Amino acid sequence: MIRVLVPSQLTSYTGGASELQAEGATLDAVLADLDTRFPGLKFRVVDEQDRVRKHMRIFHNGEAAKDVAAAVREGDEVLIFGALSGG
Amino acid sequence: MSSAVRLFVGTRKGAWTLTSDASRRGWSMEGPVFLGHIVNHIVLDPRDGRTALMAAKTGHLGPTIFRSRDGGATWTEARRPPAFAKAAEGEPARAVDHSFWVQPGHPSEPDVWWAGTSPPGLFVSTDAGETWDSVAGFNDHPMYWKWAPEDGGTPDGALLNQVVIDPRDPGHLYLATSTAGVFESLDRGASWRPLNQNVEANFMPDPYPEYGQDAHYIALAPTRPDRIWQQNHCGIYRLDRPGERWERIGRNMPEEIGDIGFTIIPHPRDAETAWVLPMDGTDVWPRTSPGGRPAVYRTRDGGASWGRQDGGLPSDQAWLTVKRQAFCADQADPLGLYFGATNGEVWASADEGETWSEIGRHLPEIYSVTAAPA
Repeated sequence: MIRVLVPSQLTSYTGGASELQAEGATLDAVLADLDTRFPGLKFRVVDEQDRVRKHMRIFHNGEAAKDVAAAVREGDEVLIFGALSGG
Repeated sequence: MSSAVRLFVGTRKGAWTLTSDASRRGWSMEGPVFLGHIVNHIVLDPRDGRTALMAAKTGHLGPTIFRSRDGGATWTEARRPPAFAKAAEGEPARAVDHSFWVQPGHPSEPDVWWAGTSPPGLFVSTDAGETWDSVAGFNDHPMYWKWAPEDGGTPDGALLNQVVIDPRDPGHLYLATSTAGVFESLDRGASWRPLNQNVEANFMPDPYPEYGQDAHYIALAPTRPDRIWQQNHCGIYRLDRPGERWERIGRNMPEEIGDIGFTIIPHPRDAETAWVLPMDGTDVWPRTSPGGRPAVYRTRDGGASWGRQDGGLPSDQAWLTVKRQAFCADQADPLGLYFGATNGEVWASADEGETWSEIGRHLPEIYSVTAAPA
């Protein structure tokens, strides 16, 4: 399983949970797995061209991930953040 | 006796409703819903009086559509919001930044809704907003990148800002864009052509191009749907179909006021009458009330002349900005007019613009105000 931490902006989708477990061989697959359980979550993070949205950040095992095609493995950690933005 | 009205107010930080009593003099405010969400537009479906759609996003999260089936009491998210198709190899990859305009379809098509987005995109739903499809006739038109260039220039993003439906024919559509002006379709969106003759684009090398204009707002006269009113970036226009050449009726506005603004509101029962809410369009385009004195201007003769209406509005040092979706009318008699300003004030007139009163204040930056029967 992959451990996924989601920001407050997404907890309306997860029933308030900020720590989740997901499956998948890529970041995209992990997000798709979450989307099956929490419909709509993925599209708020990744656009229709599979790009991480401008004000969202994904970290994979502590490294910033730009491409959701990146491979993930059992036991990895994925952190999703809302990036800093203005008022 | 006039009936009660409900206003849906979309702001940069959530949505509120204002509900009147039967006289439309007393108002109460409820909300917020979706506090912190950027709400571009909320529309209650006049066909069933209970379905409402809300175009929303947040500063971080991508765009979506929220749906209500109980008049706005509860909301759920669309299962498939408007989104462009995956880009083909070598093609620019478009992603919807935000849905801007939601439009109930023709009365003969009860579950059809249309949506306009930024960057410019046209989408249609046939299940009351639950799922949305790209309208290839516009979004994949061979001229698309000419009509919606990537460097579109509009400050908050290039827009397909309106879809307007001929009440006599569900296949006859108009749309307005900030990058190419007005378009017409006679085949329910399968094909489009520009409709911009004699509309100025003073920021283009050719100031009267076939396309390239910035159509802020268009509206059909309900009792004469061949009459189209337009508030453009470059003035106020009227077109009577089957004519093709717009007339700049804004030339008849007082010179010191000018004819720049965002919205034009036709009277639902009188095809000669419409209102505009002028914004200062001089030098660097401050887009505030000219002279710091807000007013609406009404024509009762198709734009040949305009009269100022400012009773009850601040008479000095009031630099309001009213965006294109934030000025509207109800259907009551006498007609009620409403606007919301970017400073969070909501103003109402229950007597066709003669006198105004402030019915809300201290809201976040207002993006849209729409009216429905309460």
